[in-house]
Amino acid sequence: MTTRTEVYTLNMGPQHPGTHGVLRVILELDGETVVSATPELGYLHRGIEKLAESRTYAQIIPYTDRLDYLAAMNTNLGYCQAVEKLAAIEVPERAEYLRVIMAELGRIASHLIFLASIAIDLGGTTGMMYAFRDRERILDLFDAACGARMTFNYIRIGGLMADVDEAFLSGARTFLADFPAIMDEYHGLISGNEIFYYRLKDSSVVGRERALALGLTGPCLRAAGVDVDLRRDEPYGIYDRFSFKVPVGEKGDNWDRYIVRMEEMVESASIVAQALEKLPDGPVMAKVPKILKPPPGEVYHRVENPRGELGFYIVSDGSAKPYRFHVRRPSFQNLMAVDELCRGGKIADVVAALATLDPVMGEVDC
Amino acid sequence: MAANIEPVLLRYLAGLFPRIGFGDRPGDGLTVVTAPADEVYAVLKTLRGDEPFLMDTLGDLTAVDYPDRLEVVYHLYSSACGHKLAVRTGVTKGAAALPSVTGLWPAAEFAERETYDLLGVTFTGHPNLTRILLPEGFEGHPLRKDYSLPPRPATR
Amino acid sequence: MAMTLRPAEESAARELLRENFILTSLDAVLGWARSNSLWPLTSGLACCAIEMMSAAAGRFDLARFGYEVFRPSPRQADLLITAGTLTWKMAPVLKRLYEQMPEPKWVIAMGSCASTGGPFADSYSVVPGVDYVIPVDVYVPGCPPRPEALIDGILQLKAKIAKPQLTRGVIRYGR
Repeated sequence: MTTRTEVYTLNMGPQHPGTHGVLRVILELDGETVVSATPELGYLHRGIEKLAESRTYAQIIPYTDRLDYLAAMNTNLGYCQAVEKLAAIEVPERAEYLRVIMAELGRIASHLIFLASIAIDLGGTTGMMYAFRDRERILDLFDAACGARMTFNYIRIGGLMADVDEAFLSGARTFLADFPAIMDEYHGLISGNEIFYYRLKDSSVVGRERALALGLTGPCLRAAGVDVDLRRDEPYGIYDRFSFKVPVGEKGDNWDRYIVRMEEMVESASIVAQALEKLPDGPVMAKVPKILKPPPGEVYHRVENPRGELGFYIVSDGSAKPYRFHVRRPSFQNLMAVDELCRGGKIADVVAALATLDPVMGEVDC
Repeated sequence: MAANIEPVLLRYLAGLFPRIGFGDRPGDGLTVVTAPADEVYAVLKTLRGDEPFLMDTLGDLTAVDYPDRLEVVYHLYSSACGHKLAVRTGVTKGAAALPSVTGLWPAAEFAERETYDLLGVTFTGHPNLTRILLPEGFEGHPLRKDYSLPPRPATR
Repeated sequence: MAMTLRPAEESAARELLRENFILTSLDAVLGWARSNSLWPLTSGLACCAIEMMSAAAGRFDLARFGYEVFRPSPRQADLLITAGTLTWKMAPVLKRLYEQMPEPKWVIAMGSCASTGGPFADSYSVVPGVDYVIPVDVYVPGCPPRPEALIDGILQLKAKIAKPQLTRGVIRYGR
């Protein structure tokens, strides 16, 4: 008598602690080996693009907060810069620097959530506690600046909601002074853990060619060895005034995607330090009409978000509301790689692959 | 505004495809190539694969609902040469169909599904053209301007 | 057979009873037990889920109140915190999760979206409040609510579970 195996289907999500929100992955399995993984999206589709057509330009900023809610500052920044490009608004110098500070602190906070979730997904609850503890320090800074912890509405068209005070600046400096020790702690606790290392090393590989073909962006693309970073290659705002390295991985496995993000945090901290040093005095808000009516035209503006290339495509017909508002979301694009990452691997590695892709469903489903 | 693409390349493209138009759009000043719907795939194929264009990155793919047409917009980048371009084409609303570009840029798969889902543009030759964000059985395409909100259910 | 105790024995027995027994109603005991060990379901829908995680993490430390046992399975949970926007596509799933939870069970609508649809209330795909789909015990406003607000919401629920008769009137803040 011969034995044979059959492929069976396992439904993962939309309610599953390892899928980071309401992502559903339909897995075809042969024993423990994944034959195919199909992401099923839309469980958080809120219709932001349609809603934006009936909101004024300023009213859309809070919606951009809720796109990538782990890095709301960065998303605010991308949208406001797109509208500024459309309406030809000059932003005061001090606001530009503060925007960079906020965006890079936001990047660190976002990558800390990545660290927390990958730790807890691989079974290390303690790691999550450490990352959340240190993220709170950044949230305290944001809280001091604008009174919100997650959804800020701080970066406005033409500048910022309000200036920061001396307490914010000294708080940011203290955080930066402590940051190397914090990173050491993570590397000792998490990166240096052998189990963690061997779980991630050489699993879910997407090489350079496939990563480019699938349109992976951000840290996932850089982990595959592609040296791309919009902050350096197509500087927006005042990013051309800072010097920073772009960490690049070697082969595009889970470990590379992890370590690239860890190194990015260090670079972000260095950008914040440079910006704090050069921070000029002056106003933080340009003269912008209360009801902004950009001239008819189109704009596509892309920025480097913690998850990759975030693009805003706005069509203006000259009225106070956009005619069309479209967001090119990096997580949405990254999720195309789920099948490629999981196929041929073990079912236990699906969670690791999803964690290193680091999707935010608010952004994926828009 | 930095140069998007060398004018000589545009003239070369116009020589290959006499029916296309091009110009800088108001707003961000990006160069836009306007191609008729039956020729847009050939234009994109040339931009993707042929020297000297090598537009290997599809930045964004979406559509806009204008009163008389649906306009599909592609934002393209070349990582090797550094130039960028938008390509747009109008399709009629009743029979909005275009060839899929997933053969040229596999990364277009989700974006085309989204455009199909929310705006109702059919991409022929797409490997799996189904709704991606809205549930199966949803009626209409919400990002069209004539889409009206269904009444809110009364049960509470 | 009637048992007679000597006076010294009787007073010792009375003392023993007084020291070691509490008389109460079964309802009060169950309410006390249930209200102090809620097991929430890990069901993050959107942004609020991150604040829910923050509430459970070190700084806000939901464990102080005994509510930190987040369960990944609805069958082991008795509190559903709907943290985030509910869409019509997700609604059947959430309803099934609720139905899979064993009785008694409670629901907290965390955030504006879960309470009323929030900023997305006029969208074509968003449920304007989870109470369209499942019954809600406590609404926590905010977009997203701060972790303190969630903890306060859970404590309001605690008061409601411990003394259900209170809900027929109004639960006064902090009482």
